[in-house]
Amino acid sequence: MSLRDLLDELTRIPGVRGALVVSREDGLVVADSLMESVDGKAVAALAASLTGRMAGVTAALGQPEPRAWQLQGSEGTLLAAPGREGLLVVALANAEVNAGELRIRLLNVAGRAA
Amino acid sequence: MTVDDIQALTAQLARDPSSLVFLPLAEALRRRGQLEAALAIAISGATRYPEMAGAYDLLARIQSDRGEGDLAFDAWTTVLRLDPDHVGAHKGLAFLSFRAGDFPRSLRYLRRAVELRPKDEALRAALGRVETTAGVRAVPGFDRTAPDPLRALEAEPGLALLVDPQGRPLAGGVFDSRGAAASDEVAAALAGISREAERTTRLLGLGAWRRLSLEGGPAHFELRTPTIDSVLLVTRPREVPAGRLALLADRAAAVARRWLEELR
Repeated sequence: MSLRDLLDELTRIPGVRGALVVSREDGLVVADSLMESVDGKAVAALAASLTGRMAGVTAALGQPEPRAWQLQGSEGTLLAAPGREGLLVVALANAEVNAGELRIRLLNVAGRAA
Repeated sequence: MTVDDIQALTAQLARDPSSLVFLPLAEALRRRGQLEAALAIAISGATRYPEMAGAYDLLARIQSDRGEGDLAFDAWTTVLRLDPDHVGAHKGLAFLSFRAGDFPRSLRYLRRAVELRPKDEALRAALGRVETTAGVRAVPGFDRTAPDPLRALEAEPGLALLVDPQGRPLAGGVFDSRGAAASDEVAAALAGISREAERTTRLLGLGAWRRLSLEGGPAHFELRTPTIDSVLLVTRPREVPAGRLALLADRAAAVARRWLEELR
């Protein structure tokens, strides 16, 4: 199954505007499945940067990096989960998305994306 | 007071219902644990003397002993309306506020009581104990000490931390996985995360950032911005349901917001 196929599992969820596989090291897009209005490069760069910051918080507590994180805004949400081989799986959704379902599928995809 | 004394006072009150013996009588019954009888006499006395602060103070103490905190609070508030310098009412309200976990309010009442009775060593000792429990300390960027607002939310210490934009701990505290204090390190790591979250939501059209949830290994984390210039981290072991942790974080953020507003 290709990375694009994996991402399509996420974008089929109602409310999801896009999903990406990102290189954590440089924040570049590896694969994506996006609505036209979504700037994939910006999503990738910002998600990779935030992931690094959050890993810094858990490291300061002597704990492993987060399995997943969610940034909730008033009009939408950004979720990310580190995958294998330095990859990060990211999903961008509107505020009405079923975040619980998206989280489960995101973790599932992150476990398979390589 | 002996049983004979109580019987004598009871007889006296029966002969003259307007007598002020209701005060020592109800107090004696309260001390003997006869709270129902004490309450009836105190209510009757307070009704007869609605402008007597001592009657409401007695009523409040009986209600407090009965576990009726809300009623006792009302009665002691009435006492302060009648006599703003009533030390007993300040002490009572401090006790009720402390029991409710409202440490800042408890401290306000106790400090006033100490002002009114500065040579009372027991009061000073009580104030010291509440200050310790409330985590009173200097706050970076402010010129006075203040109680830690997050203490009231924590069943155990080390699970919430409020920091300023410079990465300095303002309140609360967190421990690392070995149990060592890690507030300074975590505060430094949190510095700038609010700006980055704000930038991310703005550039991606997600609106104002509301919350950041981290699903860790042994623990989960919630981040909030109680004010534009503060970040709050709340953590709990992963066994605590995510929704409950989110609610705790929302409550902690509201408490922190009020606390910062009062400091300013």
